[in-house]
Amino acid sequence: MTSLGHYLILSAILFAIGTAGVFMRRNLITILLSIEIMLNAVNLTFVAFGRHHGAVDGQIIVAFVMTVAAAEAAVGLAIIVALYRHRESLNPDAFTSLKW
Amino acid sequence: MSDVLFYVFGAVAVLTSALVIGQGNPMYSVLLLVASFGAISGLYVLLDAPFLAVIQIIVYAGAIMVLFLYVVMLLNAPQEDAGEWDRLHPLREPGAARLGAVLATLLVVQLAWALSKTSGIRRAIGDDDSGPLVSSVAEIGRVMFTDYTFAFEATSLLILVAMVGAILLARREGER
Repeated sequence: MTSLGHYLILSAILFAIGTAGVFMRRNLITILLSIEIMLNAVNLTFVAFGRHHGAVDGQIIVAFVMTVAAAEAAVGLAIIVALYRHRESLNPDAFTSLKW
Repeated sequence: MSDVLFYVFGAVAVLTSALVIGQGNPMYSVLLLVASFGAISGLYVLLDAPFLAVIQIIVYAGAIMVLFLYVVMLLNAPQEDAGEWDRLHPLREPGAARLGAVLATLLVVQLAWALSKTSGIRRAIGDDDSGPLVSSVAEIGRVMFTDYTFAFEATSLLILVAMVGAILLARREGER
C-alpha cells in the first residue's frame, strides 16, 4: 500500500527538481516554469496531508494556491514581455543593471 | 492496483519535470510540464480529490500553460542565447554550474532524512483509520464559503490587482 511517506517523498523530489531549475537554468520562462513545478509539489503535499487527516482543508488551500499561481504567472509573464522589449533577451544576466 | 498507478503517475511526473528543466527549447518545456500536471492530477484522483484533479487539468494545464505558450510564441526566442559575455560569466564555470544540482540533491537528502525520522507517515493512505473519505464538492464548497470566506474574498482582490498589473506592465510606453 502507498503511505503518506510515499507522497511526501515524491513531492520532495519534484520540489528539488524545481529548485534545481531555478538555480541552473538561464531562461526567464524556464525559471517561471520551475516555480510552477515547486508550487505543484507543495500542492501534492497539501492534498496528501488532507487525505491523511480526513480533512477537506488541504484541498481548499490547494485551490487558493492555484489562484495565486495564476496571478503570479500573469504578472510574471507581463514583466518578462516588458523586459524582452528593452533587451531582446530572456537571460536574467542581461537585466543586472537597474537603469538603462 | 492503486500502488501501480501511484508509481506510474509518480514516475511520469518526475521524468517530465526533469525534462522540463533538462532541455533548451521553452516550447517543449511548456508541453512537457502539461504532461507533468496531468500525472499530478492522476495522483489527486488516487488521493480521493477528483474535484482538484479536474481543476488541475482545466486551470493549470489549460489556462496557465496556454498563457505560457502564448508568451513563448509571442517572444519567439526558442533557444537560450549564449553570447560572448554570457560564456565568460563566472557562473558558467563548470564547478559553479554544478552548484544548483548539488543544492537540489542536498535538498532531497535533507527532506528524505527528515521524513525517515518522522513517525506516523507509514500508515497506508487508504486505511480505514486514516480519517473519513472527504471528496464531495458540496463539502469543499461549504467549508470554503464558511470557514475560509476572508481568504476567498482576499483572493478575488488579488486577481483584480494581478489583472490590472499585468495590463499596466505589458502596455507599450507612451500609449494612453
